[in-house]
Parts: sequence; C-alpha cells; structure tokens
Amino acid sequence: MFGRLMNLEGDLFDEFRRMQEELETAFGPRAWPAGIRSAVRGTFPPVNVGATPQGVDVYCFAPGLDPAKLDIAIQQNLLTVAGERPVEMPEGVEYFRQERFSGPFKRVIALPEDLDPEKVEARYTDGVLHVAIQRRATTQPRRIEIK
Amino acid sequence: MSETKSETGAVTTSQSTQPRATAEAMNTLRPRVNIFEDAEGITLEADMPGVSKDRLQVQVDKDTLLVEGDVQLALPEAMEAVYADVRATRYSRSFALSGELDVDHIDASLKDGVLRLRIPKREEVRPRKIEIRAG
Repeated sequence: MFGRLMNLEGDLFDEFRRMQEELETAFGPRAWPAGIRSAVRGTFPPVNVGATPQGVDVYCFAPGLDPAKLDIAIQQNLLTVAGERPVEMPEGVEYFRQERFSGPFKRVIALPEDLDPEKVEARYTDGVLHVAIQRRATTQPRRIEIK
Repeated sequence: MSETKSETGAVTTSQSTQPRATAEAMNTLRPRVNIFEDAEGITLEADMPGVSKDRLQVQVDKDTLLVEGDVQLALPEAMEAVYADVRATRYSRSFALSGELDVDHIDASLKDGVLRLRIPKREEVRPRKIEIRAG
C-alpha cells in the first residue's frame, strides 16, 4: 500500500521522480499539509498514516514496547502516542553499534476533523501499533438508491 | 575487533554501477541495531517492526550474516497513503563475521518486532581463567 510512494523501477528518471516526490512531501501541496506539530523524519517511532472512506489508520513502528505502558489519546483531532522504550544496556560489555532508540518518546499526529474520537481501536502486533479511527457516520459517503 | 563487524552486501555495495540493485537498496529498510560483545560472544539486537516470525530470515553464508524480513501490516481495503515515514516493506542488513565466532550455535529470538541474536565464540577462543595452585 505504501509502496505507491516509492519507486519500483530502477532507472534514473524514477530516481529523480522519487526525489521530486520527497521534496513535494516536504514543501509542496499534499492531501494534508505538514502539520505544525509534525516531527522531523527519523523521529521515533516512524509513523505511516492511511485514509479510507470509513476512517483513518495510523501505524506506529515502535518495536519492543509493553503495550500496557503506552499512552494513546485523542484530543481535538490530535492523536498523541507517548511511551518509553527501555533498551537494556548490559554493563561490562563492549559496544560496537548503538543505533536503537532508547528513552521516552511522544508523537502527535494531526487528524482530519470528521473523525469520531469515540470509535478508536488500537492494536499492537509484531512491534507495530495500529490505531484505527472511524469517521463520523454523517460524513461517510452514502450510496443513494434510485427508486 | 571492530573491522569484523563491517557491513557488506546489498545495502552498502552496488552504488552506481547497477541501477536496479540501487533501487532495490533504496526500497529496503536498514534495521537499526545494537551490537555488543562480552567474553562469551556477541549479541545483536535489531529493530524490525512489522515482521512476524514466519517472515524473518537469518542466514549465515560463509562469513556473512544476513538478516532479512518482510513487513506485513493489517491494511484496510481501498486505503490511500496520506503520510509515510516507512516507505519500504523489506528489511535487509548484512554483517561480516569473524572466524572465532561459532556460527553453528547462533541463537535467535523475535519478540514484538525486536530480533535478538546471540553469536557465541568458539569454545577454544573463550578466555579461560587459569587457576593458580598454591604450591
């Protein structure tokens, strides 16, 4: 699904197209402009957001967490995911690489206004937190039957 | 010691000569790792969120350790991507191992998207405490 945002062909022009897309993502007009609270790329946890006619799906790539200690809240169209990732650092060992994020984190994701904060479902599978928020019934597209 | 952990393989090689390989590397995620060593062996921890046990591959080919995994998310139908920090669905990273490591006894576990590999050192290279007898 998110594959549409990346190039699958190997030629140079696709490479440029990808760069252009990246630039557009950063500065250009998109479905949602960059939120005032949006984080720099590389912030933990990385987030993907998808939209369907029924709702919005947020995926937080946050491995190695205790889901019971996650703090997920929706307030005024802002989804906040906060927690702490304890990465054990054994003593008396020699470190060669230390790339994994460790410590407290918080991400705020701006949501469209037609979502129902009462209809939220969160699931933590294989280190990915999936928060599904439904749109308000009145804003969902309705099929009108012709009699 | 540190040169034994230098990386090889798909992610770091083939920069400009093979455009397809480059594109492949671009569409591959590099899992973030912690690597540390104690007297008995080396521990490697890799963040691979979205990878389940049956979609994870850990291989040793000669001296190269290859860690790969496919991301699988529960995506609803007709979903449009609005924003994506993660733009690939495959993790891949390789490491060059050194001869004193016992590749036949690597222990791997995966929990909540974190892969933990324990690579023991060969029995004969482990430090041995030499007892001094009173005499």
